[in-house]
Amino acid sequence: MSTPEIAIDSVELDDYVRPPLLVRTWLMARHHPLGAAGAAVVLTMIVSAVFAPWLSPFDPEASNYEFMLVAPNAQFWMGTDNFGRDIFTRIIFGARTALFVGFTCAIIGSFIGLVLGVGSAYFGGIIDLLFQRVMDVFMAFPLIIMALAIVATLGTGTDKVIIAITIPFIPQCARVVRSSALSLREIPYVDAARACGFSHLRIILRHMTPNVMAPFLIMLTTFVGQAILLEASLSYLGLGVQEPIPAWGLMLQGGAEEYAERAPWVPIFPGLAITLAVFGFNLFGDSLRDVLDPKLRDR
Amino acid sequence: MPSAAGGRGIFEDGVDDAQMSKYLVKRLLLAIPTLLGAAILVFGLLRAVPGDVCEMRLAGTGMYVDEDQLALCREKLGLNDSYPVQFWDFISGYATWDLGESMWTGQPVTHEIGLRFQLSLEIAVVATVFAVIIALPLGIISAVKQNTWLDYVVRMFAVAGIAMPSFWLGILIILGLLISTSHFLGTPWMPPIEYTSPFDDFGENFAQIIFPALATGYRYSAVATRMTRSALLEVLREDYVRTARAKGLYESTVINHHALKNALLPVVTIIALEFAFLMGGLVVTEQVFNLNGLGKLFVESVLNNDYIMTQNLVMLVVLIFVITNLAVDLFYAWLDPRIRYS
Repeated sequence: MSTPEIAIDSVELDDYVRPPLLVRTWLMARHHPLGAAGAAVVLTMIVSAVFAPWLSPFDPEASNYEFMLVAPNAQFWMGTDNFGRDIFTRIIFGARTALFVGFTCAIIGSFIGLVLGVGSAYFGGIIDLLFQRVMDVFMAFPLIIMALAIVATLGTGTDKVIIAITIPFIPQCARVVRSSALSLREIPYVDAARACGFSHLRIILRHMTPNVMAPFLIMLTTFVGQAILLEASLSYLGLGVQEPIPAWGLMLQGGAEEYAERAPWVPIFPGLAITLAVFGFNLFGDSLRDVLDPKLRDR
Repeated sequence: MPSAAGGRGIFEDGVDDAQMSKYLVKRLLLAIPTLLGAAILVFGLLRAVPGDVCEMRLAGTGMYVDEDQLALCREKLGLNDSYPVQFWDFISGYATWDLGESMWTGQPVTHEIGLRFQLSLEIAVVATVFAVIIALPLGIISAVKQNTWLDYVVRMFAVAGIAMPSFWLGILIILGLLISTSHFLGTPWMPPIEYTSPFDDFGENFAQIIFPALATGYRYSAVATRMTRSALLEVLREDYVRTARAKGLYESTVINHHALKNALLPVVTIIALEFAFLMGGLVVTEQVFNLNGLGKLFVESVLNNDYIMTQNLVMLVVLIFVITNLAVDLFYAWLDPRIRYS
């Protein structure tokens, strides 16, 4: 490139004023309507989780035997369950449980997977081979079966559910990250870093990890949705979050046949909440992938 | 490729065969550490569970738990053996096809699994058929009509399928059945709970299988639809598709004969892998429909600390996974000569 061109470029860059955040957000939303819809759902969830005590009209855990299985009306928007608890309130508070479990599992699981995956690719050789075999073993278990076995070992409860869901995430993330990191190892700047005498940890964390951020972030968002779904499944089976903590999966427990005649609203709304939440995170994740990974654009 | 590497040109068929069998042997050998690792993992996990099946059984009777009885029960079930001995019993059983007896019911494991295998397999197969029938046309339409309203509808259908918990879909199906049948027929109708073989009474069998299969299959079809769409879109951008169009071929010929063949590779993979994982989906669906299948057996065995049953069920799932994986890879290699067996 000749010098004048660079000069022109830099002039243009100087003149370029970054549009304000609000405008950029609007442009982003215009380009990715589905992603914006997903983000809206996610934001609504976060808001209702944070402000749950102010948004909800009732106490989520207090039973009220005067109002058992009341159909949706002006007072109880989504009706009440068999303990007389307001379902709308429990759904709002359930967002707390879902988001807490979802984010904790996704963040811890994908971070451990990130370090392991990049490390495995960086060291290569026998370490990589052994690591791959161990991951193979974990990957051979269906997620829910792995989580079930872990819950059986540790017992039930929110903290145990988090461990049970996090562990199966680690190999999934590690595998995806490893495959992108493998190509990075061949790029000269990693050699340069090694020649500078940096420690392995520094090269892995400072030099390789930032370059696998795209697949990592995509994995992270899909994990949140998956974790919410898994938590709901485990809680539904009675192996997850325990009463009286409001959790969407737990609210579906009790059997459809029981309620079909008397109170169909009991199983409908919590399931809708789960579906909408996972839907939101998936849409958001899809758009994130489009933005971060230009190869996949327009798919 | 063998022809390029060995320079054997037209004789590459023979080389291919030799390489194929070498690859097969290698893959089979690679499956052993996976299976062994899974065995160690499940063995270790179960032994870390506090309490054992004897405590569960005796405590279940509600009477005072006699220490002597507990010891006797443990002795009988071999729970007093050292872990290496127990592990050896577990592993060596596969060599002689002596899988042991369920610690809970005392029946042979093969008998317990055999009772339920047919039901679960049938649900899995019907769910797969359902998924494929739905996914292929939808995925193709969505890719061909990319960014039209049709495409958006299909994509919404697919994203919703992935988001909707299968147990909730099951609950909704039951709810719908109960409400609509009691409204139109007067009496509420539920799918039968007892398993009937399709060879004895096809209608009864079908009525039992179809709804859980639908509940499980929706998610499955959503995954496959997305894969079909993105794979086909990618192939449609290839040069050879442009060439085919430039030759003046009908668009349907281009799609059906040229594009689809290559696009189907990843679709076959995802269908097979999801099939291997259907067991996980069945755990919840069988609970919803109250069906006595492998998924329910698994939950019960885990809750009862029935080590032997759980170990064997996990090994069954892992084995299905390993075999499916191998089958997919072989199918891939057979379908696409560009893929190296390495």
